Amino acid sequence: MTVESGAMHAWPALLLLPVVAAYFAYLLPGFAALIGIMTSGVNAVTVMVLGGLVAQHGVFSHTVGGWEAPLGIGLRVDGMAAVMLLAAGMVALAGSVYALNYYSAKQQSREGRQFWPLWLFLIGAINLLFVAADLFNLYVTLELLGIAGVALVTMGGGRDGVAAALRYLLVSLAGSLCYLLGVGLIYSTYATVDLSLLANVTATPSLGIALALMTSGLIFKAGLFPFHFWLPPAHAKAPAPVSAMLSALVVEAAFYLILRLWFELAPMAITTFAQVLLGAMGAAAVLWGTVSALRAERLKMMVAYSTVAQLGYLFLAIPLMFKAGFTAWSGAVLLILAHALAKGAMFMTAGTILQAAGHDRIQDLRGTVQHLPLTMITFALAGVSLIGLPPSGGFSAKWLLLNAAIYHSQWWAVIVLLGGSLMTAAYVFRVVGFTFRHESVTTHTPQISALQEWPAFALAAAAVVLGLFANGITELLSVGTPLEGPLLYGSVP
Amino acid sequence: MNTSLFYAGEGVLLFCIGLFALMVRPHLLYKILALNVAGSGVFLTYIALAFRGNGSLTDPVPQAMVLTGIVIAVSTTALALVLSLKLKQLTGAMRLPAREEEGSE
Repeated sequence: MTVESGAMHAWPALLLLPVVAAYFAYLLPGFAALIGIMTSGVNAVTVMVLGGLVAQHGVFSHTVGGWEAPLGIGLRVDGMAAVMLLAAGMVALAGSVYALNYYSAKQQSREGRQFWPLWLFLIGAINLLFVAADLFNLYVTLELLGIAGVALVTMGGGRDGVAAALRYLLVSLAGSLCYLLGVGLIYSTYATVDLSLLANVTATPSLGIALALMTSGLIFKAGLFPFHFWLPPAHAKAPAPVSAMLSALVVEAAFYLILRLWFELAPMAITTFAQVLLGAMGAAAVLWGTVSALRAERLKMMVAYSTVAQLGYLFLAIPLMFKAGFTAWSGAVLLILAHALAKGAMFMTAGTILQAAGHDRIQDLRGTVQHLPLTMITFALAGVSLIGLPPSGGFSAKWLLLNAAIYHSQWWAVIVLLGGSLMTAAYVFRVVGFTFRHESVTTHTPQISALQEWPAFALAAAAVVLGLFANGITELLSVGTPLEGPLLYGSVP
Repeated sequence: MNTSLFYAGEGVLLFCIGLFALMVRPHLLYKILALNVAGSGVFLTYIALAFRGNGSLTDPVPQAMVLTGIVIAVSTTALALVLSLKLKQLTGAMRLPAREEEGSE
């Protein structure tokens, strides 16, 4: 009980902890790794306890410094925020354990020293983004996230790493400015930027313009087709744990904000045209991303294109949400969680393979399973969830989306969902096919520590068994949801 | 009211000019300047819309937001400049390499 009441009051401070720890990791480089691993451990426990508390007691809010809205800054955790925090906390912890060995093995202490403060900033920024309850504070967290992300991408090194990071930065800044202009319009119309005060406001033309500006800014940041051009190089060039976090959560954070804006502010203000446009871009992203992943020659590029495709599914779900309500909405958020775990694992295995083989050309990876059996099993398990085979989280999420689409006769969505899954299977099995092939010529490969293989395996295993806990997740998601409607989980009438 | 709307419209215009230049100018310094022009346009819009008519006090909240925005703009500009210089050292040109080149490493 004391732990509970403590957590009920201390959660804002605990979520802020990574930001504070980042400064200490910078000031005390000798202890940076220790600070990093302990902070991400504490953070993971915090988000788990917080998720449990939200499921039990409902939405948590906090006013920073006791300043009430409209002037103060509010923080709020509802079911969706709790699930996102959980996903971030788990990927961050696995990434931290992975990075311990990744950076000590490289024997480049300078890189390691730069990594931990930025990594902790990234974790702290994403925590704050998920709990921020006002539009301007969300802008600040978006920028914090962008800066930390860009700086971490440059650590991939070389000309390509810097070019990818710079392109990412320019796109991200342009997106933020669009968002910021939208916030200004909303403030001038409603004299507040607090999300709960803005909930279900009466629609005005300026609200429509503001939402259009903010949504287009966020689409840039989410890398939705056809604005995805910056995403694959940035995610593929970054160091493995960074790729994992960027692909698993940072781009999804922009989608999360679109959900908040669209469904909490004024769902009535969203025109059918806007819904269909986003849905169509999502469908195009699924096709384009999957085809590019099939054609990719390098493993990390393939995994990055797969992120473009998986983001497409999320946007595809938006028009479904207006029809099927909670079913499509919880399906999309569950897909974020399942994708975060699977993609985190997949980028970590890709990093391990790159380290062991010295390259990541898919065709030359024959026989990798002989050197790295655990890593290849991890890759296959993560693939199971990406494809959406039962009992994985990917399956439950796609099942909900499919039910929503079939129930409301959205056959185009059914076709894209099923076709996309088949093609996902094709690119996953392409890699599995090459790597599981027996190769008699044994080349010398560096030893990979278990510290690097097991965290990825844990994430992939979690993604695969997530489907068994889908009920609990959807219950948590129903806490404070802006959407109504029954959960269409059973058979279609 | 009219003056305030005039400046707000001007801010939006600056924002559009900035975004346009960001897209069409290949030189990185131009791109960074373009982002700053667009940012200034957004800030101008904020300040103009905070005006509440002669005789009444100006709304201070947008001003506080613009101050925060300026701090962020300064730091992101610094980061973009550092990365551009680094890219110049590595490639010898102040422009982003074409994507075909990038893949050929």
